[in-house]
Amino acid sequence: MDKIQVKICAGTACFVMGAPQIQTLEFSVPEDLVGKIEVTEVRCMNHCSQNKGYNKGPFVEVNGEVIEEATLEKVIAKIRELIAKEEEKNC
Amino acid sequence: MLIPKNYANQMRSRILVKVVESFYKDRFETADEIPIEMRPKDYDSSRCCIYKDRAILKYRMMAAMGFTPQDEINEAKQLRDYGKEALKRQNHAKSCLAVIDIACSACVKSQYMVTDACRGCFARPCVMNCPKQAISIVHGRSHINPDLCVSCGKCMEVCPYHAIVKLPVPCEEACPVGAIKKDEQGVEHINEETCISCGKCLQSCPFGAIVERSQMVDVLNLIHNTDKKVVAMLAPAIVGQFPFEIGQVVGALKKAGFDDVVEVAAGADVTSKNEAAEFVERMKEGKNFMTTSCCPAYFRAAEVHIPELKPFVSNTKTPMYYTAEMLKKEQPDCVSVFIGPCLAKRTEAEYDPNVDYVLTFEEIGAMFVGAGIEIGDCERAGFAKISSAQGRNYPLSGGVAGAVGNLVDGQVEFRPERIDGLTKDNIKLLKRYATKGSENNMIEVMCCEGGCVAGPGCIALAKRAAKQIEGYVAQGQNQKDLK
Repeated sequence: MDKIQVKICAGTACFVMGAPQIQTLEFSVPEDLVGKIEVTEVRCMNHCSQNKGYNKGPFVEVNGEVIEEATLEKVIAKIRELIAKEEEKNC
Repeated sequence: MLIPKNYANQMRSRILVKVVESFYKDRFETADEIPIEMRPKDYDSSRCCIYKDRAILKYRMMAAMGFTPQDEINEAKQLRDYGKEALKRQNHAKSCLAVIDIACSACVKSQYMVTDACRGCFARPCVMNCPKQAISIVHGRSHINPDLCVSCGKCMEVCPYHAIVKLPVPCEEACPVGAIKKDEQGVEHINEETCISCGKCLQSCPFGAIVERSQMVDVLNLIHNTDKKVVAMLAPAIVGQFPFEIGQVVGALKKAGFDDVVEVAAGADVTSKNEAAEFVERMKEGKNFMTTSCCPAYFRAAEVHIPELKPFVSNTKTPMYYTAEMLKKEQPDCVSVFIGPCLAKRTEAEYDPNVDYVLTFEEIGAMFVGAGIEIGDCERAGFAKISSAQGRNYPLSGGVAGAVGNLVDGQVEFRPERIDGLTKDNIKLLKRYATKGSENNMIEVMCCEGGCVAGPGCIALAKRAAKQIEGYVAQGQNQKDLK
């Protein structure tokens, strides 16, 4: 299975609005996700300028799916959802 | 326990951004709409209901404008009017930490509790080991008599089933000097006389009930509504606070309206030089040890809570002091704004005539966002003075002692020790050093665990920021080689 791509926006607004909280994924990965994700810090992905506004930040993309007002909790939930889907397909 | 990143402090950043936005939009004319906008009717409330959320948001916004909940005399006074008042004041309000009483959940008094995991065993080490005979067996299970319990924790230690837990009060546990206490209603209050402004309570409260008077609106006002020259003094912990090159952050500050930006790491080099000279002198006089003095929370803790340690604390001033002194000598008419990770610096600045305002990294972050500045798009700008590798290393635990040791350079014996984080236990340790002497002769004390990179005004994760600082240190030159 390919690793799930987690892109954390590190534009100024997303960073101030709480992106560092999600970066903890780089240091402490929940046990069930070890080796299954790849976390990258990316420059502004322009979700804030595409009519969403920075108040909806921080933005995180998980395999291309955009999460608004992202929190560590929301991101982990999304990753688990995608892994579950993948496993279902392989059954 | 400190929670490094959580909803409560994320909310603080959001509120700061909202206040900056409101300043730019209409000078707070419509500020009262913000709590409603943030908690609209159909929103899931964080507390009992959205109305309480809104009421607390109002107090948090007041703090961002420089008022504590205790400044409220008339409950009907609107945020708009607080905003207008903030724009009129000539000097910022005195810095202080305060509790939003309606947000404080009045956690149960710190105590030990027997949980369902208790099996009422035969050995009963809890009963045997309790020094106050406070534990008896009721209905086949261990029971603690609260009137006799002295919260020593022995029962918890000896229980083979880990069935006894401690219910903490996070703010009281975090405060190293016992400055935050409950009133009869169980609501916490901060004693201004004994508080060392470290901000550990603010970082640790799970209900976000602790706020601090910000000076951000004052600085915005100076930049945009006066023709004064406003100069930013950037603390070395800035490196790594934003995921951009330091030069771009300086560029962003200029775009935000600061006329000039100076690096406090240059002042740190003066501190290192003076502190090394002082250390050599003291050791030659036969003193047992010396402690650093640049952490303002520790400095105040020594003054108020560990008076026996005072003779051992260095008299050398802080990097902020020397930076501001140099700045005011060159530009006597400018307004100096220190930007750092620290809340205690605000208190230090009150005694320093050369420092006019103090902001946190979080506050300048909010200023960038509210003004629509993307740091990545800013032009790189440099500092006028070049700091040394040692000065740049100040925000990491061990950095100050390292810089001093570099300059002591074998003139006298140098045995450093780090006190990484001012906790209740470390205060006891320092007291012991003061009365019984210490094995090591250079004690570096930093109130925040990990150093200034873990300060309450930081944005980035301490671990990541520390790595970037190490990189910046590696690019610097040894102070001994700098002219």
